[in-house]
Amino acid sequence: MATTPTREVARRVFAREFNDASYTFKESDDDRAPVYVLLPTGQRANRVFLVGTLTETEDVGEDSEYWQGRVVDPNGDTFFMYAGQYQPDAASMLRELEPPAYVAVVGKPRTYETDEGDVNVSVRPESISEVDEATRDRWVVEAAERTLERIRRFTDADPEDPDTDEYVAMAHEEYGDDVEPYRQSVVGALESMEDAAEASAD
Amino acid sequence: MSETDLRTHAEEIHEQFSDQLDIDVDDVFERLDTLVNEYKVPATEARRSVVNTYLDEAGMERDQLGGGGGGNEQVDLADVDAPEEWVDVRAKVVELWDPRADAVAQVGLLGDETGTIKFTKWSKSDLPELEEGKSYSLRNVVTDEYQGRFSVKLNRTTTIEELDEEIEVGDDSVEVEGALVDIQSGSGLIKRCPEEDCTRVLQNGRCSEHGEVEGEFDLRIKGVLDDGEEVTEVIFDEEATEKLTGITLEEAKEMAMDALDTTVVADEMRADILGRYYRVTGPTFGRYVLADAQERLTGPVDADELLIKARSI
Repeated sequence: MATTPTREVARRVFAREFNDASYTFKESDDDRAPVYVLLPTGQRANRVFLVGTLTETEDVGEDSEYWQGRVVDPNGDTFFMYAGQYQPDAASMLRELEPPAYVAVVGKPRTYETDEGDVNVSVRPESISEVDEATRDRWVVEAAERTLERIRRFTDADPEDPDTDEYVAMAHEEYGDDVEPYRQSVVGALESMEDAAEASAD
Repeated sequence: MSETDLRTHAEEIHEQFSDQLDIDVDDVFERLDTLVNEYKVPATEARRSVVNTYLDEAGMERDQLGGGGGGNEQVDLADVDAPEEWVDVRAKVVELWDPRADAVAQVGLLGDETGTIKFTKWSKSDLPELEEGKSYSLRNVVTDEYQGRFSVKLNRTTTIEELDEEIEVGDDSVEVEGALVDIQSGSGLIKRCPEEDCTRVLQNGRCSEHGEVEGEFDLRIKGVLDDGEEVTEVIFDEEATEKLTGITLEEAKEMAMDALDTTVVADEMRADILGRYYRVTGPTFGRYVLADAQERLTGPVDADELLIKARSI
């Protein structure tokens, strides 16, 4: 099956870490080679899957429609997504959906540099669908689990050791050693689930 | 292929013809050796070819031959991994399906301890009827492959012998879980080629093999499950698609008729299932898992244990 290009896995990441993933790279010089963002916990991502609350949609286009959507995770951090004429399905979802709504989004990470020199990270959605709370809850726990696995691998690794995973080493190099904010976002997300469970039990 | 293995093949062939022909083991060995080492023919094919030569010389039919029905290898179904190989199998008829064409006498699923495989029996081969649930020794069947899925074809030279024992059919199915992150093209309401034993999906009313044909409607979803670590491509057939989406083939046809467009079906399905979590079990065919059973994952998820872990780092 070597002829079938392997599909890129959709990574699970909370918005705080995603928005910090400003470093991008390619694995080959080929024009069509996939572009990856490097997650600060040391994994490359060419696709993400996220579920959260769509809080706002706005057509920010000038000549043609260009939709911005804000999707908030349990910590209150925001994923930004942009869909225009080349993402017609996602654009029409953003046009039609009435916030607030739980949405599941599959998309590609994109970065751009602002005039001030900051790098903004956003999602270019491949698909957006409206989902229920059970799907959102499952995603939160899944994203927490995957993030925790990455943090463990990151903190266990010695960046000086040549056997260290190359993306972990790259993350140390590009972003430094501090992954505590991402651990906090895992704890915060899981606590919000507990609070919700307790509230509904009362 | 080592010389010892070839020597063994040669001795077996020599044994098979010892009553009819006055042949020399070295002669058999040499013929095999030429085919395998000079012409790079696989050993099973070389053996078949050499056996054929001697059959001609002896004026015999293949089924007159003793000792393994002509020297094929008896294979486990799970080991069938190349097309156009002549093999012997011992298998149970797990299911018989309705043949889609007159040229096909019987079609269905064979199973043994290692898994299952599709079989086709041609009408013109004039073979006895296979019964569902019975086990058989099938000698001289040919393997075939279509889009990574293997099958065996029974033919005129195949011998069918019912077995007294019942062969246990092993479960080669896998279980995958994840979010449904994509529904690929060729999903929804599709048309298949109605030609004999061809089930290819039509593109703009054309079959890649048979050209323009009057297609037969079918429902299918080619989806991608992704758990954040691995992606698995899953195919849902008509029955599984109906269970997954609640849309029947008849309803899908009506939807398409109302909209004068078949793509509305896939669009509606996308809205219903994309982004949700599923657990799917079924056998693998090539890189696909064929959904036999599926379940949407909606139950509560336990965050407690994970929270303890997250706090303790």
